[in-house]
Amino acid sequence: MFKITDKRVLNPTVTMMDIYAPLVAKKAQAGQFIILRVDGDGERIPLTVAGYDRDAGTVKIIFQTVGATTMLLNNKNKGDYIQDFVGPLGCPTRTDGIKKVCIVGGGVGCAIALPVAQKFHELGCEVHSIIGFRNESLVILEDEFKSCSDRLTVMTDDGSYGRRGLVTEPLKEFIDNGENYDEVVAIGPLVMMKFVVMTTKPYGIPTTVSMNPIMIDGTGMCGGCRLSVGGKTKFACVDGPDFDGFQVNFDEAISRSRMYAEFEREKREDMCNLFKKEIE
Amino acid sequence: MPLKPEKHKMPVQSADVRAHNFDEVALGYTEEIAVAEADRCLNCKNKPCVQGCPVNISIPDFITKLKQRDFEGAYGIIAGSSSLPAICGRVCPQETQCESKCTLGIKFEPVAIGRLERFVADRHNTVSDGKIQNPESNGFKVAVVGSGPSGLACACDLARKGYKVTVFEALHDVGGVLVYGIPEFRLPKEIVRKEIEGLKRYGVEIQTNVVVGKTVTVDELFESGFNAVFIGTGAGLPKFMGIAGESLKGVYSANEFLTRVNLMKAYNGKSQTPIMRAKKVAVVGGGNVAMDAARTALRLGAEKVYIIYRRSMQELPARREEVEHAQEEGIEFKVLNNPVAIIGYENTEDKNDPQNGFVCGIKVVKCCLGEPDERGRRRPVEISGSEYIIDVDCVIMAIGTSPNPLIKNSTADLAVNSHGGIVVEEGSGKTSKKGVYAGGDAVTGAATVILAMGAGKNAAAAIDKYLNN
Repeated sequence: MFKITDKRVLNPTVTMMDIYAPLVAKKAQAGQFIILRVDGDGERIPLTVAGYDRDAGTVKIIFQTVGATTMLLNNKNKGDYIQDFVGPLGCPTRTDGIKKVCIVGGGVGCAIALPVAQKFHELGCEVHSIIGFRNESLVILEDEFKSCSDRLTVMTDDGSYGRRGLVTEPLKEFIDNGENYDEVVAIGPLVMMKFVVMTTKPYGIPTTVSMNPIMIDGTGMCGGCRLSVGGKTKFACVDGPDFDGFQVNFDEAISRSRMYAEFEREKREDMCNLFKKEIE
Repeated sequence: MPLKPEKHKMPVQSADVRAHNFDEVALGYTEEIAVAEADRCLNCKNKPCVQGCPVNISIPDFITKLKQRDFEGAYGIIAGSSSLPAICGRVCPQETQCESKCTLGIKFEPVAIGRLERFVADRHNTVSDGKIQNPESNGFKVAVVGSGPSGLACACDLARKGYKVTVFEALHDVGGVLVYGIPEFRLPKEIVRKEIEGLKRYGVEIQTNVVVGKTVTVDELFESGFNAVFIGTGAGLPKFMGIAGESLKGVYSANEFLTRVNLMKAYNGKSQTPIMRAKKVAVVGGGNVAMDAARTALRLGAEKVYIIYRRSMQELPARREEVEHAQEEGIEFKVLNNPVAIIGYENTEDKNDPQNGFVCGIKVVKCCLGEPDERGRRRPVEISGSEYIIDVDCVIMAIGTSPNPLIKNSTADLAVNSHGGIVVEEGSGKTSKKGVYAGGDAVTGAATVILAMGAGKNAAAAIDKYLNN
């Protein structure tokens, strides 16, 4: 069992937790992920590491309550325990040879983008961050990004906060204005990453994307997380989760991500009803 | 009393009932049947059956105890050689091992050694009070990586000799392929749990949720005080065919399909893990895993399940009993057929149709058998122009697995072969790295539970010798 040592609500649907898992905290690096199970009947879900404190032995996770499992997790409080927590899995984000980077985060993906931005910042790189949200109430981690970015741009779809528009607009603008990025790192919804890649490709700027497909074990055993990268089958859990964005077949990944859409909708409704009953 | 030429039949759930439930198919011998079957044993002096057993159980001796109705005596003899008899009695391919050497088998059916082993172990598990003589500690610590059959066998033998053994398991549950791979109806998880409880009584500590190679490395295990390490990480990496359509929704590796159902219990409504409830399923492959996947799909409610195999019925590598059970349950064997592509549904009028990208068929080509290959199996030859499409909404690839590379990638001085298998010394499991031993599918690639157990036992003996020198 793994103890929740801290819990903070970042916005109405996004929660941050610190989990006491000293073995994982000792090894975790930006770009890697963990797999957790909330209780004995729970599914195994992957979450990318949002931070770690090696001294305290804790790992930070940030998640959006989108399905039954994340709802169940969100219902836990500081001091409660979760059943299983394993990691760190996957390969850390590559940083070698990069002097100037643009980090593009979308929605809850910003939680994963943050430790990557922090890592580049610590290494002395020039870090530009562009983070996008649907509206003001969903903006998260702005201060944290500010303190590790040389330039921060906040976007909202409806213009209720920061600049109005999509993350690809300032990205293209900055590149056109002569910012010579060695690398662009995009972390967010599949569609956002697809469009970031479409933006950077004409300029030939190497673009890394962080993939988060459906998976079970996270050790290469099930193959459920397979993606087509450069025409070859790759397993996100062991070969990734970072991949060369120019090589990823996004349309296939988007299609595969919807495999259990119907099941997930039903389970979520069941869970909502269960919570409602508990309140009554 | 005249000798009964056939084995005593195994009581089973009838095919039409069991095809719709996950309860165990074979129900096990009763005492009366077991003793009657034991009486068929000729108690040969040269004990040919023992040579057929990868862990050399003294088969005629335990059967003699059975004849005398000394059931616990029989258990003691088996337990001297095998760590997991209730499991091996169920999943060993006895027809190619002990029973293939049985003298009776020359003229009649061999003694049902596997069924007798199962009877003895199950009976023991119901009567045992769980008390054991805890061995005195010898002060050495051994780390076992992976809690599958090879790791458990190695851990058991070392613990009995007084070693302090810690087993590290990457998943949240213990047993490796015994819990994620082999289905409930063939090997109830309760049986696995009981065998593992037995191990814990010898003082074996089991740590789940530790991925050696990620959470800790082999070198760090030594640094933290372990004197030797056994690697039994199995052959977890699923193979795909490399044909078109393998990324469509509804295509599973057998590992994923079985893991969702067995380990994650997706068959019961309480589980949060989704599984596709397919109506028509094609399973590609002819081994035990293919049979398990096909019969699982049937139990999940499929109306039609096909096994697609490129050779003929004679070459099917699965245990004979599993093939027979599958046939009785109504699985259709499309032998001498090889997949060439998986076909996905595509509504060209509506690209938002939720059915887009799901499997709707599998295209296969008919084969005939050609010349034998280097292993003596006749090679399948495709008949050009014979392609046709089978309507299915799910395809499960059960064409084998390769060793998991996580340890290799994090242990610089561990030699592996071109297939990714860890290179070991024959008979001892000694690897290129000092103090590190390996066995099971991580060395051989996908094989059987009992071969893995045998390798775990050999490594335990070698580790014992190494640490006492």
